[in-house]
Amino acid sequence: MLGKLSLSAIPYHEPIIMGAVGGMALAGLVVVAALTYFRKWTYIWKEWITSVDHKKIGIMYLIVALVMLLRGFADAIMMRTQQLIAYGGAEGYLPPHHYDQIFTAHGVIMIFFVAMGLVIGLMNIAVPLQIGARDVAFPFLNNVSFWMFAAGMVLVNLSLFVGEFAKTGWLAYAPLSGLKYSPGVGVDYWIWALQLSGVGTTLTGVNFFVTILKMRAPGMTMFRMPIFTWTALCTNVLIIAAFPILTVTIALVTLDRYIGTHFFTNDMGGNQMMYTNLIWAWGHPEVYILILPMFGIFSEVVATFSRKRLFGYNTMVWATVAITVLSFLVWLHHFFTMGAGANVNAFFGIATMIIAIPTGVKIFNWLFTMYRGSLQFNAAILWTIGFLITFTIGGMTGVMLAVPGANFVLHNTLFVIAHFHNVIIGGVVFGAMAGISYWFPKAFGFMLDEKWGKRSFWFWLIGFYLAFMPLYILSFMGATRRMQSYVDPSWHPLMVVAWVGAVCILAGIMCTVMQFYVSIRDRKKNRVLSGDPWDARTLEWLAHSPPAFYNFAKIPEVSSVDSLWDRKERGENIYEEPDHYEDIHMPRNTTAGPVLCLFALIMGFALVWHIWWMAIGGFVGVIVTFIVRSFNEDIDYYVPAAEVERIEKEYRQQAEMQA
Amino acid sequence: MTSQTMDHQNAHHADDHEHDHHQETIATKYLGFWIYLMSDCVLFGTLFATYVVLMNSTAGGPGGSEIFELGFVLIETFLLLFSSFTYGVAVLAMHRGNKSQVLLWLVITFLLGFGFVSMEIYEFAHLIHEGYGPDRSAFLSSFFTLVGTHGLHVSFGLLWMLVLIFQVARKGLTQANEPRIMCLSLFWHFLDVIWICVFTVVYLLGVLQ
Repeated sequence: MLGKLSLSAIPYHEPIIMGAVGGMALAGLVVVAALTYFRKWTYIWKEWITSVDHKKIGIMYLIVALVMLLRGFADAIMMRTQQLIAYGGAEGYLPPHHYDQIFTAHGVIMIFFVAMGLVIGLMNIAVPLQIGARDVAFPFLNNVSFWMFAAGMVLVNLSLFVGEFAKTGWLAYAPLSGLKYSPGVGVDYWIWALQLSGVGTTLTGVNFFVTILKMRAPGMTMFRMPIFTWTALCTNVLIIAAFPILTVTIALVTLDRYIGTHFFTNDMGGNQMMYTNLIWAWGHPEVYILILPMFGIFSEVVATFSRKRLFGYNTMVWATVAITVLSFLVWLHHFFTMGAGANVNAFFGIATMIIAIPTGVKIFNWLFTMYRGSLQFNAAILWTIGFLITFTIGGMTGVMLAVPGANFVLHNTLFVIAHFHNVIIGGVVFGAMAGISYWFPKAFGFMLDEKWGKRSFWFWLIGFYLAFMPLYILSFMGATRRMQSYVDPSWHPLMVVAWVGAVCILAGIMCTVMQFYVSIRDRKKNRVLSGDPWDARTLEWLAHSPPAFYNFAKIPEVSSVDSLWDRKERGENIYEEPDHYEDIHMPRNTTAGPVLCLFALIMGFALVWHIWWMAIGGFVGVIVTFIVRSFNEDIDYYVPAAEVERIEKEYRQQAEMQA
Repeated sequence: MTSQTMDHQNAHHADDHEHDHHQETIATKYLGFWIYLMSDCVLFGTLFATYVVLMNSTAGGPGGSEIFELGFVLIETFLLLFSSFTYGVAVLAMHRGNKSQVLLWLVITFLLGFGFVSMEIYEFAHLIHEGYGPDRSAFLSSFFTLVGTHGLHVSFGLLWMLVLIFQVARKGLTQANEPRIMCLSLFWHFLDVIWICVFTVVYLLGVLQ
């Protein structure tokens, strides 16, 4: 009846896990109780859960990503603490089977549910506004994307207290992830969490690609698009081209585990290296899916706060396009040690080094934008400068890893760990923090506290260097990755430094939490009434803060790259009231989206535990919801001109009262 | 949404830009569907690559030439190719605005597609019965997965067609239904193209070996 599921799946005997579960359950209870007490359930349902508004969906992505950052970081500091004490014969406090789950969960959560959530969340908030659109091309699908992402996130967290998570590392290499060596449900949780959220990501890719190509404001040619929109476009191309590979790869492991096929098994003709090839054919583009939008954010931030036009707009675009193409030609550098031979390794080594060229172009573009600009040293620009230095170092260690000869020595050592944290923290995390600092007032209508933002930056920056520079040195001393314990006591001092670094990062995260708390507390004081608090350059700053649900009462016309800035320079009144308002066509909210994804979640959970009747029920639920939705033709409506006028007047009155 | 709204159908003064808007929405929908098909193309591409890598890993079991019956697969192929043609006729009827012809040709397409899927299921059942199931060797694993994924797509297309036949019968060739007929048309022809690749790479090459 319940497949493999029984009460013994709950790890009572593991005090650490039960503590974590208790904490999470308590936090969940507090949220539920608060919603009930303040009678907010209808509000949450109507305004958020069923919303198709890209700004709200973007905010929900960011909330999930930031909450998951806490979970992923908890894993990180547990690992650092384990390596602090488990040396010279000591076993530490995490037994191997638990430690292995933690490093797997850390990687999976940070990449799929933090970094991807931040990227897609910021894209949701900014892209439609930047191109002067009222929503994305397929608002219903956007809602589905988010809830599929959320469903995957729920499965990962469920694995904490029902069963176990994968012990395989974040990419679940075969044959370790096969049934023979991972008989538990851990890999199955990994499979279905990624499969669900992967479907959401693919839909997002299609959605935003079409949005950017089809829904730009009149006059916005491709080469007048803001750089963030360009990078978002390239990222979505990568999503469309790369995520199906992930879908297939995971599906093949699934078949190996569920019906006994032999794609990646040791016997009957299975080929383990094909798994490694396939997963990295997705995995390397994935790295650029994460970093390209961040390059876009830094470009926007640098131009805005240097109060100069971005240096080399065209080279920036072509560098982005070049990286997009090259990202598909380098996957093999993740496993030079496979033994493909000198020629193959040389090709992929050189291809990898070539990527440093367009990236270098970008770095110099940002530097030259700042050169002789009047820089404002706020939190967003600090994150950007921190990125420039940190990412350049990370890029250089990447070029070192691209040398196949060196790679044979460094493969699977802490050098690799230090390198990719160098680019992911320095690039993606700093980028997302810059993006949040920059667009927060747009999304919420009040400023983020600068003081706590800067504190957060300094803790993160210093913490990063303390935590990861020792790992480079340790790798030369022979330390491999994924060590539950080690023998050599001479590694210990550097492990202590790394642990101190992790504690610094913890302080950085706490500062961000404080920053949100203080900003929300003082939101009346920090209210942004103009839509344009930074005196910025692109269209999103023309909309109100927070924007009306239809974004723009009148769709703006575009005549240059920095069209808003140019209009301000020409002395135009950008907030001039139009002589008349028009009806606005908008999509209706959807109940089908969240319902569909709930069924998908039930199906995923049932498949993990082999509860076949429930899996079939969930699958039928998904299909039926979709069909029922296709019979509903009342999916859009017109906002009457009079209503638009009333909303616009209200904004203007508020602005005047404040002034 | 707190603002008062107006009923879509009764917005008489919105008629003009509603028409423009509708055309625009349809064009966007088609582009979106094309892009989805391209991502599906990558999905099949990955499965083809897997098949080509594993096609000789028979682990002592049979190879393609021993188990494929080309004549049987040829009939299957013609059923699917012919169903693409009949779908084309349905689309032509749609452009003429002839609802009953559309329904007739959609039903014929459905029956042909159903015939294809049934034959494929028979082929699979037969192979499994002979002891050549997907767990026999890596070659058979990749064969069943590639061909089965195509079959699942066709089955999904059939379900979609069934719903669409019902919707057209009930509401006619409306603004909502016509783009659906066109999208399913794209999907159906796409699956035909994929099948031609399957027929060539899997069956013809398999028998040649």
